[in-house]
Amino acid sequence: MAQKEILMPQLGESVTEGTINHWLVKEGDYINEYDPLADVMTDKVNAEIPSSYSGTIKEIIVSEGETVKVGSLLAYIETEETENDNEDSENNVVENEEIKNNQNVDNEVRMAGRYSPAVLRLSEEHKINLQEVTGTGLGGRITRKDILALVESNQQKLDEVKTISKEVNQEKVPVKETKEESYSNITLNETDVEIPVTQLRKTIANKMVQSKQEIPHAWMTVEVDVTDLVNYRNRVKEEFKESEGVNLTYFAFFVKVIANALKKFPELNSMWAGDKIIQKQNVNLSIAVANDDQLFVPVIRSADEMSIKGIAVKINELAEKARRNRLTQDDVSGGTFTINNTGTFGSISSMGIINHPQAAILQIESIVKRPVIINEMFAARDIVNLSLSLDHRILDGLVCGRFLAYIKERLESINEQTTNLF
Amino acid sequence: MAEMNYLQAITSAMDDELNRDENVFVFGEDVGAKGGVFRATDFLFDKHGERRVIDAPLAESGIVGVAIGAAMYGLRPIAEIQFADFILPAVNQIISEAAKIRYRSNNDWNCPITIRAPFGGGVNGALYHSQSMEAIFSNQPGLKIVIPSSPYDAKGLLKAAIRDNDPVLFFEHKRAYRLISEEVPDEDYVIPIGEAKVKHTGTDLTVITYGLCVYQTLQVIKKLEAEGISVHLLDLITVYPLDKKTIIEAVKETGKVLLITEDNLEGSIISEVSAIIAENCLFELDAPVRRLAGLDVPAMPYAPPLEKEFMVTEEKIEDAIRKLAEF
Repeated sequence: MAQKEILMPQLGESVTEGTINHWLVKEGDYINEYDPLADVMTDKVNAEIPSSYSGTIKEIIVSEGETVKVGSLLAYIETEETENDNEDSENNVVENEEIKNNQNVDNEVRMAGRYSPAVLRLSEEHKINLQEVTGTGLGGRITRKDILALVESNQQKLDEVKTISKEVNQEKVPVKETKEESYSNITLNETDVEIPVTQLRKTIANKMVQSKQEIPHAWMTVEVDVTDLVNYRNRVKEEFKESEGVNLTYFAFFVKVIANALKKFPELNSMWAGDKIIQKQNVNLSIAVANDDQLFVPVIRSADEMSIKGIAVKINELAEKARRNRLTQDDVSGGTFTINNTGTFGSISSMGIINHPQAAILQIESIVKRPVIINEMFAARDIVNLSLSLDHRILDGLVCGRFLAYIKERLESINEQTTNLF
Repeated sequence: MAEMNYLQAITSAMDDELNRDENVFVFGEDVGAKGGVFRATDFLFDKHGERRVIDAPLAESGIVGVAIGAAMYGLRPIAEIQFADFILPAVNQIISEAAKIRYRSNNDWNCPITIRAPFGGGVNGALYHSQSMEAIFSNQPGLKIVIPSSPYDAKGLLKAAIRDNDPVLFFEHKRAYRLISEEVPDEDYVIPIGEAKVKHTGTDLTVITYGLCVYQTLQVIKKLEAEGISVHLLDLITVYPLDKKTIIEAVKETGKVLLITEDNLEGSIISEVSAIIAENCLFELDAPVRRLAGLDVPAMPYAPPLEKEFMVTEEKIEDAIRKLAEF
């Protein structure tokens, strides 16, 4: 018998922590290799952790709803393999040493995130975030002395700051902190229903708050005449469905045009990074997809290099995965710009919240028939509004105006002659 | 001021008390003309005479029983048990009579008896000359148990025990007798019973122990100090009843505690110390409480390598301190 550890896997390049949504096993269960152990949620996606071993679940360390760092111990599993059945004495020595080493590793892993009562008490008293402390104890354990040393150095810094602030007449901007208490004055009637916030909802909420608080949003809307595009699409959609097996949506056309526009205006394909702005080379479009109670933003990678057909197929695939909750971390990571298809539920104007840390989000509103004056005559035209939300730290009105004008021009010129689906 | 070893300090204390108070007398096997098997009562017979330094028959229950009777009638006997291992025949006298007489008689009677008993191993004494007996008496309210770790403490503590109006068990570590020497004042002084003493201050971890282990730990501390490991050392001195307040303070100094005793681990004095820490210091602890003690085997082995294996040694203390410091 050997005891193995189940660790929180790395579910994507920038993911640092995950939340156990549900354990699919309980202590004492026998499971086979690759059997799913738990539903894990990261910033964007739900995933199942498969077991790396066959054996019996010995102990579950992290409980449901708990968020832990990548690499944290989740559970112990007891496997049937024996670690030492070699009779040759020399090999035994080597094996024993290996076991010892393994145990050392075990110990080290176990120390991460394990705090002594003294450390917890001191960190609370001195308002220290333990995640930011480097431990000098066994296996990187944070010791009581580590905290005391930190408190002392913080005190020194504080003293320095105090000296400086005495000299500088500083103006203090009062920071309003949102606290749980501010919700406690909501009165609850008997017929009201309280719905607990799920992990995913909490994640969405946090992301939105972060984006809205951090990014100074500005908005801009253009009206686009897509009559030719509508006619074109209506003419070919049956045939396309038959030959390609997927619907030819308007959205695919929009994605194509926007991807090209981003290549031309890389300012919008960028991210705010504090002291610098990072312009992304690849155009990876996040597309917002909602099912009943969840919101996902899967990514079409290098959308500028794809044909309209390719985009249509990809959108279909991602939407299907989202509906069945099968999006992988790969599917949702690496987006550089977001397109939100608000038109699908009839909206004609909206102001999106930017998908942090991207620079902008574009809302494709509903295509509606409108009377329009062309050459001094009324005409019935298909009109769509495109609403852009932009990070005003990165972008100004001018470049965004040009970006939208370019998209408008390209969309209005789409017809059978100018645009190939394949 | 004169340099004395642990044994001489004890003799000197008895000599002083025999001079100071005519009610004091020494009673035990071979304590008279022979001067004791360890020479603890050397010259006392010649100096104070056969009515004050009295040889007893080879019967521990008799030694303690006679001493208790004398004490209840106003004398202050110092009863010597030649080896603590042989105190067992006198357990009934000590626990049922000496410890309880004040309580049982509603304060009409008391029993100012001091029982001296050499204990401890590391002297090739084997089974019947090596045991630690303190734990047996350590849940008997009415008794006090003291174990000095240095000549200075031994002298002051023995005087305090003799002057105490209730029974005191005074355990002397045999190996300390001629091993430890230091300057001891000629003037009269007492070490108060019931108070633990900080022997060394430090910041990395706290060692709480008593008896010979204090001396051993001090040697290790000297060595580790050069490497930057800073140890706080508390000498319990009185192992029953324990000085809870000082124990808790010592734990708070570092949050990491190593408890050491030469006695068998389970149910030892340090087990009680560990319970005090658990009850009072949860939020001060930075590491699990560690205990270093004798093995849970029936007796100290005679074979030297096995005796060394059983005994708490400086190597074992050093190893335990290092591990806890690293944690």
